[in-house]
Amino acid sequence: MEQQNISLLDLSANKKARILDIIGGHRFQKKLRTLGIREGQEVSIASKQPFRGPLTINVCGSQITLGRGMAGKILVEEIE
Amino acid sequence: MKKIVLMGNPNVGKSVVFSRLTGANVIASNYPGTTVDFSKGKMRIDGQRVEIIDAPGTYSLEPSNKAEEVALKVLENADIVINVVNATNLERNLYLTLELLEKDIPTIIALNLWDEAKHLGIHIDEKELEKLLGIPVVTTIALTGEGIKNLVSRIKKAKTNPEIKPTSEEGRWIEIGSIIKKVEQVEHRHHSIRDRISDLTIKPLTGLPIALGIIFTSFWFVRLIGESLITYVMQPLFDNIYLPLVSRLGEILGPGFLYKFLISQTYQEIDFVESLGMITTGLYVPIAMVLPYIIAFYFMLSLLEDTGYLPRLSTLLDNIFHKLGMHGHGIVPVFLGLGCNVPGMLATRALETKKQRFISAVLLSIAVPCMAQTAMIFAIFSKLGTDFTYAPIVYISLVFITLIILYFVAGFILNRVVKGDNPEIFLEIPSYQIPHLKTTFKKTWMRIRWFLKDALPWMFFGVLLINILYLIGIIKYLAILFKPLMEGVFGIPGETSVVLLTGFLRKDLAVGTLLSFPLGTFSPMQLVIVATMLTIFFPCVATFAVITKELGLKDMAKAVLIMISAATIVGISLRIILLGV
Repeated sequence: MEQQNISLLDLSANKKARILDIIGGHRFQKKLRTLGIREGQEVSIASKQPFRGPLTINVCGSQITLGRGMAGKILVEEIE
Repeated sequence: MKKIVLMGNPNVGKSVVFSRLTGANVIASNYPGTTVDFSKGKMRIDGQRVEIIDAPGTYSLEPSNKAEEVALKVLENADIVINVVNATNLERNLYLTLELLEKDIPTIIALNLWDEAKHLGIHIDEKELEKLLGIPVVTTIALTGEGIKNLVSRIKKAKTNPEIKPTSEEGRWIEIGSIIKKVEQVEHRHHSIRDRISDLTIKPLTGLPIALGIIFTSFWFVRLIGESLITYVMQPLFDNIYLPLVSRLGEILGPGFLYKFLISQTYQEIDFVESLGMITTGLYVPIAMVLPYIIAFYFMLSLLEDTGYLPRLSTLLDNIFHKLGMHGHGIVPVFLGLGCNVPGMLATRALETKKQRFISAVLLSIAVPCMAQTAMIFAIFSKLGTDFTYAPIVYISLVFITLIILYFVAGFILNRVVKGDNPEIFLEIPSYQIPHLKTTFKKTWMRIRWFLKDALPWMFFGVLLINILYLIGIIKYLAILFKPLMEGVFGIPGETSVVLLTGFLRKDLAVGTLLSFPLGTFSPMQLVIVATMLTIFFPCVATFAVITKELGLKDMAKAVLIMISAATIVGISLRIILLGV
């Protein structure tokens, strides 16, 4: 089945996805990568804070909290 | 002396390894030119004394904030590096490891949280890892001390790996990928209780009530520990041992200038809170009334920190704090500031941008009362007794509610007005850990030392200055000068100007000065106004010095303007609301 590319923001809470791409400058990409948010990694949503608050994601064996602006720049494909 | 530097990602148990390696004598120092602190200690290896430095946690050697810059600078002087690696998260941790190996400094790896990794179904072939990296790898469980002896005995075997050459970011990730494939196997596993707790504390529906519960319980414990220390340690000490000494000294001195200066302004019985003497009130208030709460407070905070709860709280509160021009991490300076504003101010450094730091520092100085103030606010209103319309707690709540509202309103406005960036939150949520008590105690002690070293001398100096100003009559003169302002604008007795002036030097004493006024001078509502304004109007001298250092003179001047306007606006508003005139 062909999957659409979506951003982390659109990923539902109980789904797993794979990171395809990170949109942004070199520094931004590096900042994310050193915390384990890299192309090819599996990712899932641990929590979403209400009123456009931050997301907490499971990635690379740890949890990371990040703002929605950043999450929107992480493109993923659903795998489960 | 040889320098051994501990390097590692944040939350890998680095400070527990550090406190296992070092003895009791550990000092926290600021890296020159910054307020980022790191700890230093000493240990013996084969009879040789070496220095151990615990560098701030960092994800890579290309710094993205002040703390990481310091880590890099500390590394420059290292003879040997102990790279503490989180076994539950080997892949990500190896990035820093490879960067370290490119530096050609002899390195040894402490593969920490070894037991956790096993629980999580992560199997690492440490022998293979050692072979691939070409440096010694020791598995450790710092919390129980397992593997630490082995680590110590192998420190001198630390070596470089000349085969690892500087490469690009991508090159490192490829290398890591191939290492992981060879050394790590992950089994599928079911959710543990800890995962459930972690989930519950970060999901908003359950997380927020739990957060309230935790904060409430913590403060309850602070009060319990603080009060117990006062009742069972400090008060007996001062009443039974110190008081007779001071009384004896008083008899020797006889009435006169020195008596007034050292012991009491009046010749009545010595009262440690109200006498305002250098060696009575000057010592008693900071040591017997404030210090116990500081101890209790920083112990609880360090405990919360070491369990890994604070990043979750930052996540839950991020939304609110973002509207105040900071992000969720802004709660940390507030908590620290509730103990003593000085360490609170220093904690604003952890925020990313100048705008965030400015807002955080200003809000801290206007709306966050330190433990000294809080203790004294409780003291004055409790003294009111039950003869008034409401119970003391009602008036106390009024003060704090006003301060909370001020924090939010001022933050909201500052966020609109102050120029600069307010980037989004981005932080790791570590898994929950059982705190290692010795490490927690060490951290608590280091924070108490901030208070003893940086705030206490100022407090003593404050009472000295107040006494001199009193004795030469300047305070009385100023009181007369400001009287019309106090009565006309804020609807409070003219005597209050003395209190506010004292407040600049010593917040705690200022409230104490209030105590020494005859009971009928203020109505309870007027007391609410005075206590609130006292908190807002200026931080104590010690904090003032730190803010100036942190913000620079220009921003400090802006901050002062904000403080004065905030105090005036709140004072007038309270007058209208509470006094109805």
